This record gives sequence, structure tokens and C-alpha cells, in this order.
Amino acid sequence: MADINVKINGIPVTVPKGTTVLEAAHKAGIDIPTFCYMKEINEIGACRICMVEINEGRGFRLVASCVYPLAFEGTEILTNSPKVMDSRRKTLELILSTHEKKCLSCVRSGNCELQTLCNEMGIDHEEVYEGEKHVYEIDNSAVHMYRDNNKCILCRRCVAVCSKWQGVGVIGANERGFKTFIGSAFEMGLGETSCVSCGQCIAVCPVGALSEKDYTDTVFQAIADPTKHVIVQTAPAVRAALGEEFGYPIGTNVEGKMVAALRRLGFDDVFDTDWGADLTIMEEATEFIDRFKNGGKLPMMTSCSPGWVKYCEHYFPDLVDHLSSCKSPHQMLGAMAKTYYAEKIGKDPKDIIVVSVMPCTAKKFECQREDQNAAGVPDVDYVLTTRELARMIRRAGLKFTALPDEDFDNPLGISSGAGDIFGVTGGVMEAALRTAYCWLTGKDEVVEFKEIRGTDGIKRSEIDIDGTKIRVAVASGLKNAGELLTRVQNGEEKVDFIEIMACPGGCVNGGGQPQQPASVRNFEDLRVLRAKALYDEDAGKELRLSHMNPDIKKLYEEYLHTAGGHKSHKTLHTSYVKRSIN
Amino acid sequence: MATKTSVPFNGTAAQEAKLREIIKAHQDDPGALMPVLQQAQEVYGYLPIEVQKIISDEMNIPLEKIYGVVTFYAQFSLYPKGKYNISVCLGTACYVKGSGDIYDKLQEILGIGDGECTADGKFSLEACRCIGACGLAPVLTVNEDVYGRLTTDKVKEVLAKYE
Repeated sequence: MADINVKINGIPVTVPKGTTVLEAAHKAGIDIPTFCYMKEINEIGACRICMVEINEGRGFRLVASCVYPLAFEGTEILTNSPKVMDSRRKTLELILSTHEKKCLSCVRSGNCELQTLCNEMGIDHEEVYEGEKHVYEIDNSAVHMYRDNNKCILCRRCVAVCSKWQGVGVIGANERGFKTFIGSAFEMGLGETSCVSCGQCIAVCPVGALSEKDYTDTVFQAIADPTKHVIVQTAPAVRAALGEEFGYPIGTNVEGKMVAALRRLGFDDVFDTDWGADLTIMEEATEFIDRFKNGGKLPMMTSCSPGWVKYCEHYFPDLVDHLSSCKSPHQMLGAMAKTYYAEKIGKDPKDIIVVSVMPCTAKKFECQREDQNAAGVPDVDYVLTTRELARMIRRAGLKFTALPDEDFDNPLGISSGAGDIFGVTGGVMEAALRTAYCWLTGKDEVVEFKEIRGTDGIKRSEIDIDGTKIRVAVASGLKNAGELLTRVQNGEEKVDFIEIMACPGGCVNGGGQPQQPASVRNFEDLRVLRAKALYDEDAGKELRLSHMNPDIKKLYEEYLHTAGGHKSHKTLHTSYVKRSIN
Repeated sequence: MATKTSVPFNGTAAQEAKLREIIKAHQDDPGALMPVLQQAQEVYGYLPIEVQKIISDEMNIPLEKIYGVVTFYAQFSLYPKGKYNISVCLGTACYVKGSGDIYDKLQEILGIGDGECTADGKFSLEACRCIGACGLAPVLTVNEDVYGRLTTDKVKEVLAKYE
């Protein structure tokens, strides 16, 4: 589209016609605050915090910059005139009039978008508009999170991601006017609905209304218990995002410092879920080749993403037989920690606590599922999100940036590059295909599958391995997954192997990752920046094939014997249930 | 969190068949939810969870989205009308004469809120605006019967007539 020249606060800016005022201002180096706006999925212009003055030839007037497209040459915009500031401040004061202002005890204190803006706008009185307030019960019904509507500012970002990214839509705005609140149908608790626990709503919440159920105190207590051997493991995507909590640029891989921090927090062993990912590939590639060669149920669908698994159970219950029976990598590591490793160190599995640090809130649900207890006790005891780990590090007073880089412990700490990329959409598929390629051709060479990388919602490819053609599809974001599965179910698409991750872009953009404010989210692609950290780690490793991992080979020699064998099935595989939609 | 309670659902097979017909008639229309909800309410008199679930399944719209629409518009009701529908005038004259207190008292005695119906299906309660009997303020009606010059003490007597 043609370029037009406009003036923002008197400074000339050239932008394509149709650019929003918000984007044009960003280009000119001016951040206009937003609450409700999320690029492409929540362009509702409802919160009115982004008001600016605009003159298109007929005098200045106030408009919502997030949804106002620039159409005329010579348009003048004022982003910080007294009138704009007054409007913004009044809107803020009105939001504050019904907001529970318990900032000192709020989990978001310090990175709350409302608090930050109040500070920036110089709000000096919290109760300008005293009046009626709602008192809402906190919804604790879901396994993984709570909703505290007393802090909700009704921006509807959670509603947008739930329906437009995830195609789930179990939350929305009920009632109207002053009585409006975000909730589920018929006042059901979130736990009663077909919520898949992905946590995307938490990741985009600007305030403290949504948060994961916090296990930091429980884990501190477990560490302090001398009778317990406490093992921690971290998912690949955690190292790609944890640094954001400590001021590193988005996409910085902080693996070494993270390991050092975990050791200093007092965990007895610091293991790598990437090791579990390598193990998953052994089992999953075996399962796929078996299904593919012996007429098993196809397409086979990956089962690493518990939000996706729950979605499948609720929304495509007829397809649960297509899910790989493999447990997810951290559950596999937990299972091996409490069987194989427990024997090695001579501990009773009851005295071992496994803590998983995950970019995910659905993992909190997953670790409590049935059939996830290889040693008769849960494979994983507690799941912490990346955010909770950051809280623990701060609470323990560790100066993260000053920590040395350290390596994971053995024998559940060595991993291949294939394990690293599990945290990115297409990564599980690529890791499985690398190994399947070697097994089918008998050659141990690293083949990259770049056509299934990238952030497209649905990616397809046909892989030719020495004449064997395998049709694969990769989807991330459950709305995309739903579209793909509907086509597969209707026979419109023939696929042999499907990878699905619940969160758009995969685990790097998981619901348990650090919360980035709208001012960052709307202008940076977190998925790409964080994914790069993992692809770089993979590319820089000698070991890039899961089946070549020496410790995995040893595990099979000493304990499991054959992939997909009897012992594997007892410890590393699981089952699924059919659920309904609510 | 408690799910909202309501009168037991007594929908008939004929009503359900009619509802499915309505949905089918609108299946290709964009923005069909509003007309479907309006016609569904004509069939059932209200829009309980059972009805909204059928609409959700058939139209492939999340239940919450439907519930959000139903609770947004005053024209939709989640509750049936009771055998006796009590309508309390909250118009200016009645309000000044204390009909707000009478309305609160009724909610307290019946244990239901605005627009709701008692679990036995006997009484439903709603607020209305001026019914043109300001000389009798404060006023309420029970079906076609009009009661005026009320006080909170007299509310029980009125209800007793319908025991």
C-alpha cells in the first residue's frame, strides 16, 4: 500500500497507508500504553487507555490509537498532550476504582502492566472514585491455576487467546455493564469445563487476576527435608526464556546459569528433560515404525504436550487411539529417576521427589493423571513453571547474572540436539525423523528437516527415506490442531505422523513462560526469538541424534533392554480417556 | 463455585425437535446465534443449560459464548416464569415510596434474585417500570392481581394468598 506522511508530536513519520496510529507511533519511538489490544486477535478498542489526539484536517479529537488506521496525508497526532494525559489518567482511575489494590501481596507486583502504567502516569491517589465494588470468589477449581476476578480489568486478552488461538473458548464475558465479569458458562468453575490447562490466558494477563498454582513453598520444604532425595529437571524451553526474568534479551540461552542456580537452591540432582526427550524419541520412533510397517493406527499423533492431549480427549475423543502411548519426556525422566536411577543410588522411590521445571501449566495437570506412576508413586511430584523457578531464585537471593555456567548432573543429564528442539513446534517431529531416518537407512547421519520448522500454524511435508514415503504434518496452537484434525477425520487429508503442540509456536511460547507486557508482545515475535536459542544449541552440539546419546544406550543395555519392550511399556507408556465438552 | 441452580428441566421431545428445526433453518446464516436464541426462548419460555447445550453442540459454538450472549441481553432469561409471576414496580413513584425495600424483602423470603424462579416452580420474581398505578404506590402484581400501598410487613400476607 502507498506510503503517507504524518506528524506524530510534530515529528514527521512515513508509514504505509492503513498503519494504525499505535504502530506508527511505535515506529517513531513512542510507546502508547495498551491493555486490551493484542495484535490480530483482540483488536476491540475497548479499554480506551491508548487514546491519542488526531487531526485529519477537521481539528483534533480523541481516538483509540490501537484500532485507528492512518488514511490521510498530513495527519497530525498528539500522543502526550494534556488532553490525552487527562483522558488516560481518568481511565486509569476508573479501572482502579474497582480493582483490588493489594499490590504488596500480589504475584504480579513488579511486572504488572497496570501497576507500571499507574507509576508512569503519576497516579497519586488510588481512590479518586470511591464507590460500589464487586467481591468475587476466587476460582480454585482447576488443577493448574486460579482466577481472581477482584483483580481483573476486563481487557479480555485471556478470552481472545482461549478462543482465537486455542479454539477452546471456555472463558468469556458474562453479564453486562458494571456486572460484567470473565468466567465460564453457568458460573462453572474452570475445573468443571473442558479447559485444557494450556495457561495461555495466564501468559497474556496484564495483572494478577490469573496465575498458576504456586508450588514454590512446597518445593523449598521438600529440599529442606533431609529424608528426601530431591531431583529437579528442566524442559528445553525453560533455558530459552528464564533469562528474561533477570534482564537478559529475549532468546538468550541461560542453561549454564540455570543449572548453577538449581544446584545452589539445594536440589540433590539437576537433570535435563532433554535426556527424557531423547528417551521419548527411542520409544516414539519405535512405536511409529511399528505402526507404519505393521498396519497400526495411523496417523500417529505425538503425546508430549499435555494441553494437546487433554484437548484431544475433550474435543476429538474418537482419535485418542491415534495418540502415541509414550509418556511425555519429563514423565519419562521421572519414571526412570524412581526406578532405574533409584536402584543405582540405592534409594526407595518413596524417598525420591522429582520436581519438573516446565514452560507449561498443563504439566501440573499431567503429573496428577492416572497411569503416570511407574514405581507405584507419581513419576513427577511437583511441576513448577519457568516463572515459579524465577521466584525461587529471587527468594533465595541468588544473583543470577553473576552465577557461573555449570553442567547438568549424570546419568540423566546428557542430551542430544534432537532433545533440545523438543521445545519448538516441529522439533519433536524432526527429532523423531532424524532417528527414524537412521534406523530405516542403517546410516547414522544427521539430516535436518527444515521444512517443518518455523511458526506457521500448520506445516506439512512428505519425507522420502530411501524410497519409503512418510507424510507428516505439524500443528501448533489448538485452533490449528482442530482444523488439521477435522480434515484428517473427514478423510480430506492423508497423513502418517502428526506432531501437535498446544501453544502457538510450541513450548517456547508456553503458558508457564515469563510474562512479557503488551508493549513487547505486540511488536516482537517471542516464538521466533526463543526458538532460535534452541536451534542454535542443537546446531552447536556434536551429539544431535537421540539414539546416539551414550547414557540412553546404557539405560537400554542395563535396564530397559529393547525400545518398545515389556519393561518400557510398564514404565514409559501411558493411556488416555475420553472426555466431554463443557 | 456453585453452578447456578434452576427449576428442574421439563423440556419435551416435541420442543427439542422444534429447536433442532430452528437451528437447521439458520445453519448457513452468519450471525445466526441471536435469532436462534430468540426463537428457542419462544419454544421453551427460557434458556436453561439443557437448551444452550443443544445449541452449542449443533451450532459448534462454545457454551460460554452462548451463555455470555444470554446474560448480556435483558431479553433472554435463564429461568422459567413461575406459576405466579411477581412483578415489583421500581418506577419513580413506587421507588420513592419504598418499593426497593419490598423487592429486597421478596428476594429474601423467596431466596431468589431478579429474573429467577423458585426451585418448586411456584414463584418467579422480576422488577418492572411504571404500571400506571402511582396513586397506589408502592405496587406489585402477582400475575393479574394488583397489590398497592404495600409495606415490607405486608409482603408475607400477599404471598400467603398463593399458598
